Amino acid sequence: MTTRKLQNKLFVMFSKTCCLLCIFILLFLVITTLIRAIPELSFYFLNSYPSRFANKAGIKAALVGSFYLIGLTSLIALPIGVLSALYLEEYSNKKSIIKKTLELNISNLAAMPSIVYGLVGLALFARFLNLGTSLLTGSLTLSLLILPIIIVSTQAALKTVPKSVTLAGYAMGAHKYQVVFGLQLPYAMTGILTGIILAISRAIGESAPLIIVGAVGYVSFLPTSLFDSYTVLPIQIFNWAGRPNEDFHNRSAAAIIVLLLVLLSFNLVAIYLRQKSLRNKKI
Amino acid sequence: MLTKQKIDCYIKISLRAFLIPSIVCTLFTILFLTKESLPFFAEVNIIDFLFGRSWQPLIEPRSFGVIPLIIGTMHIVIISILFALPVGILTAIYLSEIASKKHRKFLKPILELLAGIPSVVFGYFALITLTPIIRIIFPQVEAFNSLSAAIVVGVMILPLITSLCDDALQSLPKSIKDAAYALGCTQFEAVFFIQLPAVLKQISASILLAISRAIGETMAVTLAAGATPSLHLNPLKSIQTMTSFIVQVCLGDASSGTVEYHSCFAVALLLFIITFFFNGLGKLLIRKANNYDY
Repeated sequence: MTTRKLQNKLFVMFSKTCCLLCIFILLFLVITTLIRAIPELSFYFLNSYPSRFANKAGIKAALVGSFYLIGLTSLIALPIGVLSALYLEEYSNKKSIIKKTLELNISNLAAMPSIVYGLVGLALFARFLNLGTSLLTGSLTLSLLILPIIIVSTQAALKTVPKSVTLAGYAMGAHKYQVVFGLQLPYAMTGILTGIILAISRAIGESAPLIIVGAVGYVSFLPTSLFDSYTVLPIQIFNWAGRPNEDFHNRSAAAIIVLLLVLLSFNLVAIYLRQKSLRNKKI
Repeated sequence: MLTKQKIDCYIKISLRAFLIPSIVCTLFTILFLTKESLPFFAEVNIIDFLFGRSWQPLIEPRSFGVIPLIIGTMHIVIISILFALPVGILTAIYLSEIASKKHRKFLKPILELLAGIPSVVFGYFALITLTPIIRIIFPQVEAFNSLSAAIVVGVMILPLITSLCDDALQSLPKSIKDAAYALGCTQFEAVFFIQLPAVLKQISASILLAISRAIGETMAVTLAAGATPSLHLNPLKSIQTMTSFIVQVCLGDASSGTVEYHSCFAVALLLFIITFFFNGLGKLLIRKANNYDY
């Protein structure tokens, strides 16, 4: 009897330890990076271009490049993703084989390694369409990458709309498009926005496909057109972390902290939006 | 004059157009990966590629046997799964069965945060922080080693395993658990002999999906595991995975038309097929598990 109790106690303790281990890893990662990063973080660091000398190197080009790239990517991927999900969820025939194949296809795309997207982008956008190593190529490639994520999460959000809302709309004599755009879409908006922000966060942190399509580590100007070369924060981090010089590692740590702060603020926006629409829903 | 029926019809048709990118994406993936790797297979025999034991694409004499890259990838997959599977499942058990609702509410977002950290950050962590720690225990460890990379890949796939197992445990009917307790099971016995066997399919699915993630993981592996394609099983030494090879070539500005440029696509095609297989199997298992009737 006691052995069973002991066994149970050990089991509870052990699973608690595992859970604590996850928290510990997260804290350890952030704190060790923060220790290296704090002496480096300054306005100068944010506002200067990369340099051969660690103490002069900054992330201006990378930060601006990241924002341009993400803005362009969202512009391309968000409407396509949300509207395709709307079609799949509300307009398509639920039982048709075409819909099932499409959904299978999309879920497979969502799980495809990001580097494969990079090579597709390289072959399709950079070489075949001759867009070269431009900002446009990068954002088109990232759009392909986050498209399935947006579709899947939007569909999941649309599924949460209660049937009573839809039926009430039809009972009032509304047409299908009025129900979809006037009732279902606003109702699911929170879920959709959360999914969108998660997808964008994914795009911000992504670097493998961008390396393939030619985002470079050393850019000392800001992109002014869609066809300029560019760099982004994760690539700057990769570039500095790969150098043997210890000072660059610290710069890399500082860039990581900036990246994590950007990601965190995105998540805070998501939380804020969620709460705001919850309030609206109550009214 | 547009009638409302007509508007509805137009909207339906125009929405359909937005599906085109996700359809052509898969087609283009297969098409371009195949098209760009064809010149490679014209020069290198496919048998030599799949079973050759030496990978030396950049220096003469060149050889394109993919086995060393596969072994490198296996390093990462095996060690990361060995780490992430027990920790992930136990964390899921804690979250779903042991933790109070308040703790659960606090812990779930932490796991999501862990899942949201970019892979290049994990790569930095493995290279700069983890490797020196490993060196304290094993002084002979190389600056680039598969162990540190595999551990951080394990941390990256951990949230995936945890959330899938947590969902599975949550979806089990409460009656099963109650029956176990009514028969006098301890919590340990209820979880290990009743609940876990009931969600075995979901657990296996999570393993398959996690393996696929680990195979496709790029930045952490490129930064921390080095670029030495070699046939060894020592995790303290440098290796090269399929993904990090692709990055290495593309960083070196391989110009279009060279063999190494096309070899990237051949490796990516192989990568695509392998991950497609694991994903498909994982998704199939999940669907089967969801159809199961208690």
